[in-house]
Amino acid sequence: MPAITYIEFDGTEYHVDVAVGNSVMDGALNNMIDGIVAECGGCCVCSTCHCMIDPEWAEIAGEPNQEENELLEMVDVREQTSRLSCQVQVTAAMEGMVVRLPESQY
Amino acid sequence: MDLSEHAVIVGASHAAVQLMISLRQQGWIGHITVISEESHMPYQRPPLSKAYLSGDLAEERLLLRASETYEKLNVDFKFGCKVTSIDAKNQQLNLETGEKIGFTKLALCTGARVRELDLPGTELGGVHYLRTMDDVKAIRQSAKKASRAVIIGGGYIGLETAASLTKLGIKVTVLETETRLLKRVASEQVSEFYKRLHEEEGVEIRLGSKVVALQGNSQVKSVVCDDDSHSGADMVIIGVGVIPNTELASEAGLVVENGIVVDQFAQTSHPDIVAAGDCTFHPNSLLKKSLRLESVPNASEQAKAAAASLCGIKKAYSELPWFWSDQFDVKLQIAGISQGYTEAVVRGDASLGRSFAVFYIKNQQIIAADCINRPKDFMVAKKLILQQSTIDVAALVDEGIEIKTLIN
Repeated sequence: MPAITYIEFDGTEYHVDVAVGNSVMDGALNNMIDGIVAECGGCCVCSTCHCMIDPEWAEIAGEPNQEENELLEMVDVREQTSRLSCQVQVTAAMEGMVVRLPESQY
Repeated sequence: MDLSEHAVIVGASHAAVQLMISLRQQGWIGHITVISEESHMPYQRPPLSKAYLSGDLAEERLLLRASETYEKLNVDFKFGCKVTSIDAKNQQLNLETGEKIGFTKLALCTGARVRELDLPGTELGGVHYLRTMDDVKAIRQSAKKASRAVIIGGGYIGLETAASLTKLGIKVTVLETETRLLKRVASEQVSEFYKRLHEEEGVEIRLGSKVVALQGNSQVKSVVCDDDSHSGADMVIIGVGVIPNTELASEAGLVVENGIVVDQFAQTSHPDIVAAGDCTFHPNSLLKKSLRLESVPNASEQAKAAAASLCGIKKAYSELPWFWSDQFDVKLQIAGISQGYTEAVVRGDASLGRSFAVFYIKNQQIIAADCINRPKDFMVAKKLILQQSTIDVAALVDEGIEIKTLIN
């Protein structure tokens, strides 16, 4: 299982193994990482699972589709590598990936 | 809080799962027991009528959390177990098995059950309700052999089920007693749109159709309406709303109205008992009234307040309600509660295509919005509702004006 690092806005780091095929959101929820709210449970409707992919990993994480893009347009602070973590499916290539979580989701 | 404390959660759905997580996060070190009448690990309900029914979402993806998460939380589950009564005075639950479980704190996350129709023939094979994973497993079994389905009820569950069964290649007829779909919750524009959408996808919609009987030998064969029309069916799904599970609470002497009455801290009328989710009747300071909601965001957010209360922390719950529904390629996102609106205005074209938003106005303010394939409008609508300022309706419906610019 790829190990992914989640960094909360206050610097708290979590290193957790996330199964391939799960989403980055699942990894946070299953490990009780606070900074992912995920009100809708992963249906790309609420934008409360916003994360910022470490720029080094942005290409591997991929680009948001139009629907996700529209939701991201309205999050509090959007960064260039912002994604909704429910839409980022974990692959073997994500071993070591780092994502940061926004302050607004606390 | 100490190790001898015992929190018992009745129910194991969205509210219960958030509640146990929040309990641990807020420092509950005592024992936690979860009692569920179902036999499955906690799962998500919204996809039941959508991607899970249509086969697009596997069962393991339906689970709310991985099973290791519950090990980390150190929670004991009692599955297939029914609580028959709460002895509030002695802080004890009586189970159907005769077992008694003591608690120092109790959380009622009992949810809601389907409203059943009292009609001849509902006991026939192929007739289903839809609330649980087992219900949907049975529906999927029936669907394998069915070519025609009748859905009784043109609300969200009925329409989502119609879309999912259509996707499985079944010819679907929806029977609705009212003069339009979604009459209780949506504007005429939205009702009209969903009728058009379903008809474009091959679903037959029959309005003003009151069902009087289901017919068949052992297996359902047809549905009879009060105009004596017969709709042939190999399967029938009844989706006519839910009833909150409040009996345990009322028999224990807790205050119950349209749901278990709680305050903004999810506290019931008993100091050691909280409640969260679909079963509660709760105040909302944004809406300035008490209400009962059938919604995942409500269950999760209220559960956080409930867990805080059990830990002796005051954390008020007051969020803007929101909902969503997936049907065919259309995603509806609803912000706020439209009840009481005086005007419904449309941004985009409701009569053509599959993308527009309806804003519900009262006292020149937006109180709710139904956004059809318009995620950005939905996000903006939430902010506009919360800002509670006079809205420029002309600008709101002008697609030439970027909607974001309307936020103060």
